[in-house]
Amino acid sequence: MASMVKVEHVNPFINATIETFKSMVNCEAKPGKVFLLKTGKVHFDVSGIIGLSGGARGTVALSFPRITALKVVTSFGGMKVLALDDIVTDAIGELANIVAGAAKKHLSQYKISISLPTVVVGENHEVAGSKDVIPMAVPFECGFGAFLLIVSFKSES
Amino acid sequence: MKILLVDDSTTMRRIQKNTLAKLGFENVTEAEDGADALKKLAVGGPFDLVLMDWNMPNMTGIEALKKIKADPATKATPVIMVTSESEKTRIVEAIQSGAANYVVKPFQPETLMEKISALAAK
Repeated sequence: MASMVKVEHVNPFINATIETFKSMVNCEAKPGKVFLLKTGKVHFDVSGIIGLSGGARGTVALSFPRITALKVVTSFGGMKVLALDDIVTDAIGELANIVAGAAKKHLSQYKISISLPTVVVGENHEVAGSKDVIPMAVPFECGFGAFLLIVSFKSES
Repeated sequence: MKILLVDDSTTMRRIQKNTLAKLGFENVTEAEDGADALKKLAVGGPFDLVLMDWNMPNMTGIEALKKIKADPATKATPVIMVTSESEKTRIVEAIQSGAANYVVKPFQPETLMEKISALAAK
């Protein structure tokens, strides 16, 4: 039976997202109500995904609709982007990397390693967790639009 | 000041390059991973400063840092780590491996500016 992600494991990623968007995207990201991410419920156009391994395993993803991604990357990178191209995928991957890195400091007891980012681009795609963990999703609103933080996290101990 | 900027993300290289330009540093060479950094150091050196990411393909920043500090031709080159690795153990490892300073992502441009200015003033 699949387990749920614990709130104490999600909070560092929420705080890291807020901090990252404030410092590097120059926008205030406000988290909404956390919910369990079940298959087929939410769809996006671009997602940056980081794998987590070590004393815990899972993934953390930032998922965006197209327009929000373009605005976020324009602000983050300091250069106007008009299409979901290599510049955008690089920037989205780097944002996911920064969020994962900032969060893992607060999960140091798990001695987590983070992977290099994977970015998925595809209209209306879905991000799912592994079979044994139901991811937690945190909707965010920022000045550039809405996006989703998705955390799948399971302690190995 | 001649600077080598090492990060696998083109976005992060652009952000840091813009910050360097605001400080008046225009002579910036880019490298996309640790291995590329060592090649650029060998071919295009000497550099006055290296800004180094940690998690990169081919060769990580910490591996590249150790090689830079082990090479008599480059050991005196100051290296500032600019990375999302924020845990104390990582910072200690980098400083003990010879990093001159450490900037954690996410960062305000002013933080990077302060650390580079402090180094340039020495």
